[in-house]
Amino acid sequence: MSGPSTFQPQNPVLKWIERRLPIFGLVHSSFVAYPTPRNLNYWWTFGGILSFMLGVQIITGIILAMHYTPHADLAFNSVEAIVRDVDYGWLLRYLHSNGASMFFIAVYIHMLRGLYYGSYKEPREVLWILGVIIYLLMMATGFMGYVLPWGQMSFWGATVITNLFSAIPYFGESIVTLLWGGYSVGNPTLNRFFSLHYLLPFVIAGVVVLHVWALHVAGQNNPAGVEPKTAKDTVPFTPYATIKDAFGLSCFILFYCWFIFYIPNYLGDPDNYIPANPGVTPAHIVPEWYYLPFYAILRSIPNKLAGVAAMFSAILVLAFLPWLDSAKTRSLRYRPLAKQFFWIFVGVCLGLGYLGAKPPEGVYVVAGRILTGCYFAYFLIVLPILSRIEKPRPVPNSIADDVLGKKGVVASLAAVFAVAGLLAWDSGSRAQAADHAPTPPSLNWSFAGPLGKFDQGQLQRGYKVYKEVCSACHSMNLVHYRNLADPGGPGFTVAQATALAAEIQVKDGPNDAGEMFERPGRIADKFPSPFPNENAARAANGGAAPPDLSLMAKARGYERGFPQFIFDAFTQFQEKGPNYIHAILTGFEDTPPHGFTLPEGSFYNKYFPGHAMKMPNPLSDDQITYEDGTPQKVDQYATDVAAFLMWAAEPKLEERKRIGLQVMIFMLIFAGLLYFTKRAVWADAH
Amino acid sequence: MTTSSSAGHSRRDFLFVATGAVAAVGAAAVAWPLVAQLNPDASTVAAGAPIEVDLSPIADGQDIKVFWRGKPIYIMHRTAKQIKEAQSVNVSSLPDPQPDSARVKEGHDQWLVVIGICTHLGCIPIAHEGSYDGFFCPCHGSQYDSSGRIRQGPAPLNLAIPPYAFVSDSKIKIG
Ligand code: FES
Repeated sequence: MSGPSTFQPQNPVLKWIERRLPIFGLVHSSFVAYPTPRNLNYWWTFGGILSFMLGVQIITGIILAMHYTPHADLAFNSVEAIVRDVDYGWLLRYLHSNGASMFFIAVYIHMLRGLYYGSYKEPREVLWILGVIIYLLMMATGFMGYVLPWGQMSFWGATVITNLFSAIPYFGESIVTLLWGGYSVGNPTLNRFFSLHYLLPFVIAGVVVLHVWALHVAGQNNPAGVEPKTAKDTVPFTPYATIKDAFGLSCFILFYCWFIFYIPNYLGDPDNYIPANPGVTPAHIVPEWYYLPFYAILRSIPNKLAGVAAMFSAILVLAFLPWLDSAKTRSLRYRPLAKQFFWIFVGVCLGLGYLGAKPPEGVYVVAGRILTGCYFAYFLIVLPILSRIEKPRPVPNSIADDVLGKKGVVASLAAVFAVAGLLAWDSGSRAQAADHAPTPPSLNWSFAGPLGKFDQGQLQRGYKVYKEVCSACHSMNLVHYRNLADPGGPGFTVAQATALAAEIQVKDGPNDAGEMFERPGRIADKFPSPFPNENAARAANGGAAPPDLSLMAKARGYERGFPQFIFDAFTQFQEKGPNYIHAILTGFEDTPPHGFTLPEGSFYNKYFPGHAMKMPNPLSDDQITYEDGTPQKVDQYATDVAAFLMWAAEPKLEERKRIGLQVMIFMLIFAGLLYFTKRAVWADAH
Repeated sequence: MTTSSSAGHSRRDFLFVATGAVAAVGAAAVAWPLVAQLNPDASTVAAGAPIEVDLSPIADGQDIKVFWRGKPIYIMHRTAKQIKEAQSVNVSSLPDPQPDSARVKEGHDQWLVVIGICTHLGCIPIAHEGSYDGFFCPCHGSQYDSSGRIRQGPAPLNLAIPPYAFVSDSKIKIG
C-alpha cells in the first residue's frame, strides 16, 4: 500500500501471477518490508490486537448465527440451546460475548495511546477520523448484538437507546418507528437488528482497510513523536513488529481467556438471563460497560434533546481533535502540562463510567454534571489553550537518539491490565436491591474457583428438593431429563434418568386421528411445567407468576460494592446467584421487624429486595427425606437446591473450567516462548 | 564465526522452531471446536431416539411413511404377488445383488421396511409405481422392485434398510 513494490518473486508461478496481479508485492511491502519506527512500545500492539478481535468476533459470530433464531419468541431459548446443546457452544458464546468487551478494552487503550502520543496530528488526521468512524460503527454493532439474546436488558436497552432518536425535533417519532418496524420494540426490531449486526462487522472491516491504508501512507507515529529520518530509525515490519505484536497479543489472549473460562458472566448483567418482558422494566437499566461514560453524560443533562446532543457530541468531538490541539509537539512526553491534563482526562472518563452505572440520584447527578463539564472542557478549552501557551521540552533529534537515550522503554503489561481492569470495573456489580437488603452470606461452594467441580451427591439431593418442593410452582423449561445423565451433572445413569422421565405424563400429538394424547415422559423431554401457561401460573399464585428456575442462579445478583467487585475478577467470584438463592430460602421471618407493614398476601423475607415476597416459606426441617444421611435441615436443603440450580443454569461449568486450565497452561507456555523469540529477534536490532 | 556464536545460532533456531510448533498446535486446537460445533446438537441427538410403529392398521398392499431422524421410512405391507416377485428374481443378475431374505426379517416376509431415500441423489421414490411393482424415483428415473432393490436407472444401490426389530407381530421398533 505504499507505492510500487520492490518485491521480485523467483518462483515462476508467483512471477506469472505477480505480473498480472501484484498481490504478493502488496503483502510484502505492507507487512514484511514496511518500515516501522524502532522505538514503538507495547501500547502500539493494540492495533494488531484489534484486528485479531475483529477476526474473532466475525468468526464466532458467523458460527453463532448458524444456531441462533432471530425471533422474539425463540431467540432467548435458542441462545440457551447454543450454550447447552451445541458442541462447544458455551465456548463460542462466551468467546463472542466477552470478545465484545475485549474489543472495547483494546479500542479504548488504542484511542488513549493515540491521544497521548499525538497520533492524530498532521499528517495523520484522516487516519484518526477513520478510527473515530470505526469506533462509532463498533458502538452500533455492539449495541445491536446485545439486543439479540432478547433478555430483559436486551429489550429495555433497545427501547431506551432507540428512544434517543425521538429527541430529534419534528422527525424524531417517525425515525423511532422506522427503527422499530412497529409501535414498540418487537419481533421486527429484533430481525432488523440481527441483519444489521451481521452486516456492520464487514463494514468495519472495510473501514479498517482504509485505516491501515492511511496508516501505511503516513507511516506510524512513535513514542518520541518525531518522524523517521534515516534507515537507522526504522526496522522492517517482519520479523520485528510481527513478533512483538504476537507477544503482546498472546498476553492479551491470556487476559481474554481468564474471562471466558473463569468469569464469563462478570461483565454481563444478571437481568439479561431473564427473558424479555415488555410489561416489566428492570429496576435499574444500565447499558454495557463500554457505553457507560456516554450514558452518564446523557443523564447528567436535564433536557432530553440537549442530553442526546451532548452524548453524541462527546463522541463527535474526537473527530475534531486534530484541529482542537494545534501544538506542534506530538508526544505528551515532551509536554509536561498537557501530560498532567491527559491523566486527569482519563480519570474523568473512568469517573463518568462509574457514574453511568449508578442510579441517577443525589450526589451522583451533581458529580455527573461536573465530570461532563470536565470532559468537554478538556477538548474545547484545555487542549486549544495548552497548545498555544505551553512550552514543550525539546524532542530528540531522531528516533535512533530516542532509543539510545532511554534503555528499554517497555510499558509494563501490568499497567495494561490495570487500565483494562479499571475500564471494566463498574460493570461487575449492579444494584439489584436499591433498598438496602442485607448482603447474602457467601457460602463455600464446591464449584467455585478454577478447579471447581459440582458435588454429585449434592446435585442429586438438590434435584430431590426441586422435585418435591419447588416444582409444585416453578418450571424449569431449559432442563431435560437427558441432562441428568450428562457428564459434569448430578451423575444419574441413563437408566435412572429414563426412569425419572417415565414418572411424568407428557401431552403429545396429534395422533393419526387428530387427537392429543398423554404418554409417559422420555429422556428427551424437558422438566414438566406445573402450569399450562403464564396466566394460569399468575392466577394460581396471587398475581405473581413463579419464575422459571432454569437460569435463576445466573439471573440474580447483588451489589458487592467497591472495591470488592474488582477483587472478584481476580478471585473468580461467580457465585452471587447460589448465595442469593440460599439466602432467600433461609431468610423468611415469621414476624416482620417492628415498623414494617407487610402487604396482604406477602411474606417477610430478610434478603428479598423490598422484603415483601409473594412466595411463602417453602422449606421446613425434615420435609424431604435424604437417603444418604445428610442432615435434613432447612439450611442444608437450601444449599443443595442452590447448587442444583447453579448446575441447571451453567451445566457446562466443569467442562469450561477443565478446558480453561488446559488453555491457560498452553497460553502461558506459548507467551513465554514468544517472549524469548521476540528477544532473540530484537537482539539483532540493538 | 566463532563457536559460541554458532551455538547461539542453533539455540535460536531451536527457539524459533519450538515457538512455531506450539503455534501450530494452538491453531489446530482452535480449529477443533470450530468444526465440532457443526455436529448435530444434543437435542437433535436425543430426538433421534428409537420410535415404535404399530403395523396393524396397514392393510395388505398398502404402505405408510413414517419419519425417523428426519428420514422418511417406507413400511410396505407386501401382497403375495409382490413377495413372490421379490423372491423369484435371479439375484446374480441384479446391479446390487441381495436376496429378498436379506431385506426382510425372517418370518415377516410381508413387511418391507426401507429408508425412502433414492440412493442416486436423495429424492424420495414413489411407492407402488414403476415397472417392478416397487418404487419409482421421479427425479432421474430409478426403478426399485418390491424388495426395494435397484433394477434400472442411475441409482447404484438398493434402498437402505433402517435398524429395526419386531417387538411383537404387529409392532416394530425403528432405531
Ligand atoms: S435421485 Fe432418484 S433417480 Fe436421481
